[in-house]
Amino acid sequence: MSDLETFRAEARAWLEENCPAEMRTPAKGDEDVCWGGRNFVFQSEAQKLWLERCVAKGYTVPDWPKAYGGAGLSPQETKILRQEMAKLGCRSPLNSFGIWMLGPALLKFGTEEQKVHYMGQIARGEIRWCQGYSEPGSGSDLVSMQTFGEDKGDHWVVNGQKIWTSYADKADWIFCLVRTDKTNKYQGISFLLFDMETPGVSTKPIKLISGNSPFCETFFDNVVVPKHQIVGEVNRGWDVAKYLLGHEREMISGMGGDGGVTSIGAAMKATLSQEPVLRAQMALFDVDNLTFRAHGERFMDEWKTGKAHPAYSNLMKYVGTELNKKRNELVMSIGGSQALEWESERSNGGSKARNWLRTKANSIEGGTSEVMLNVVSKRILEMPGA
Amino acid sequence: MAMTLNDDQNMLRDTARDFMASEAPVTHFRKFRDMGCKDGFSHGLWKQFAEIGFTGVLIPEADGGMGMGQIEAGIVLEEIGRNLAPSPFLTTSVAAVEALKLADKAMRDRWFPGILAGETVIGIAIEEGVKHRPEQIACVAERSGNGFKLTGQKQFVVQGASSDMLIVAARTAGAAGETDGLTLFAVDKDAAGLSMEAVRLVDSAVAAHVKLDGVQLDADAVIGEVDGGWAVLSKMLDAGRVGAAAEMVGVGSGAMDMTFEYLKTRKQFDRVIGEFQALQHRAAHLYGEMEGARSIVLKAQSLMDEGHAKAELYVAAAKAKAGLACNLAVREGVQMHGGIGMTDEYDIGLYMKRDRSLNEFFGDAYYHADRVATMNGY
Repeated sequence: MSDLETFRAEARAWLEENCPAEMRTPAKGDEDVCWGGRNFVFQSEAQKLWLERCVAKGYTVPDWPKAYGGAGLSPQETKILRQEMAKLGCRSPLNSFGIWMLGPALLKFGTEEQKVHYMGQIARGEIRWCQGYSEPGSGSDLVSMQTFGEDKGDHWVVNGQKIWTSYADKADWIFCLVRTDKTNKYQGISFLLFDMETPGVSTKPIKLISGNSPFCETFFDNVVVPKHQIVGEVNRGWDVAKYLLGHEREMISGMGGDGGVTSIGAAMKATLSQEPVLRAQMALFDVDNLTFRAHGERFMDEWKTGKAHPAYSNLMKYVGTELNKKRNELVMSIGGSQALEWESERSNGGSKARNWLRTKANSIEGGTSEVMLNVVSKRILEMPGA
Repeated sequence: MAMTLNDDQNMLRDTARDFMASEAPVTHFRKFRDMGCKDGFSHGLWKQFAEIGFTGVLIPEADGGMGMGQIEAGIVLEEIGRNLAPSPFLTTSVAAVEALKLADKAMRDRWFPGILAGETVIGIAIEEGVKHRPEQIACVAERSGNGFKLTGQKQFVVQGASSDMLIVAARTAGAAGETDGLTLFAVDKDAAGLSMEAVRLVDSAVAAHVKLDGVQLDADAVIGEVDGGWAVLSKMLDAGRVGAAAEMVGVGSGAMDMTFEYLKTRKQFDRVIGEFQALQHRAAHLYGEMEGARSIVLKAQSLMDEGHAKAELYVAAAKAKAGLACNLAVREGVQMHGGIGMTDEYDIGLYMKRDRSLNEFFGDAYYHADRVATMNGY
């Protein structure tokens, strides 16, 4: 057996022995997802056990170095582990913005001390992070942001407001873009980390069209942030932010090599067989869905071997989010009047309708589809103009 | 398998790219089109394909070929597509070879050497109506003497009238609509009772309407098993489909690159038109569609090469997606070129014609999307 085949067999055996049966069923909703953090309440003993076992093995962040809480797996090994988890139906032991976004940025820009401290906390699911980027007047034009940190020698005093902060009301810490030089647009922003319990930080959930409130407004009123809680250099936070956005977009496309290929059509056969035009739409969607999964697999293989264009994740973000919106439109059409039900038990509390509405944000958050197309056009296709 | 080309495959791509660019650029295609060539391709170029080894890319090494897979055949096809190089490669070296690989040794020995030498051309005689419906084959092969007698008609037999042999699918049992009871035959071009009418297509290829009027064949003309032809036919069709998809990735990429270049040079309103966001967004969207098509085609090829159970599903998806993306590329190409896109002098229109033909070949995007739905259980 080759080394990779040996690894596959070992990973499989480990998963079979350590992943509790309850954690091999699909998560029913967000409440089944383990986000970790100081205030997280485990939904079951199995969920807690699964996290603890993965933490001990480094499998919450398998491709991170062992020194920072990972398992030190190669890209190929990580892909194999994900494939084996998908085959057994294992749930993700830990979801977190720390894993997807902050960790990779720390790995590239953080000090050794920051990597050991913050990445270790993330890997163990101890601290739940949120992201402070957008502001009321700075959406797609993010770099116009105004939240200001006044230099007070050994610390900054931060004042301002962020918006669309995912789960800010549940997060323990925030990674936040703060203007530290008002005279320089791009090179006047710093990337700061601070505790959401720091005096002067407050949050207010925003109720969305789905009826849920995954986002908050976040206010900073004379918040003191020590100087050592900066990632990268002072006034060079935009570099960190851009790198991290790239990772966010990559994550959206990298939902696992074998993930997502199963058609939702089979379960809807009774309806589709009576609705030929809808069935045709579903068929064309399946073509696009299989295409996107193959595209994502190819992109990840190229990304990990350094062959992908640095701006390619913008393309994947555009394609993936538009596809997800299409999927939910079809789910609603196939579901008919039952999918319109908003609260009933029959509709699982209106889950189809709420998910459908939630996906409308996919092509807005993390860079709108229009901004993605601008970036692809200018950076990859090298189209001329401003 | 990683979804990236390995070193050998990259080398083959460079070879194919250089070869097509120097020996068969679009000017080559125009030359043969303008002379009203009866074959629609150059026998000289077909010989050159053989000299560089392309014609035997899928022929097993034991039979004197390169013994490679669909990924490698697709690499050659992409460059054929990008240059609109006219050749019998897709029908002869891909579809026919995949069928003949399942034939007995005598049959392989009869046809492989000619293909390897770039001397033999083989036509695929499947279609009986204007749309691809292989399970509806009604052409009859009744037992006669020590063999069979074929009666029926075929159409859209690309390069049929230039072929040395036709692979004909006929019914030895069962009724139209059934996959059981089909048999594949190798029919020599000189067989008594075989007649052809060559017709020029929109892309200047030449296809044949074929009449089989009691064509008498010996039993050794059978490819594969009598009544069990569906297995061979499926293999042949899937190779042809994934091959056509790869060629469409080339056609679409060629059209797209040409169009992007035009956007960067054409000036209106005192600006290069590529500065206009209305065009930039469409260009970026098209790029995404073509990248998706390239990915699903590579996935389908690698699953076929692995003999994976899901290969059929992915081939259908790949043929559908490549067809839709390539079609978008040529439509956007002509539109973004504006008036000159409508002229015969500019190449973009030639890509539009080729796309149309390849989309139709072995089932269009809608046919294959329907198959994806069926295979996905609805």
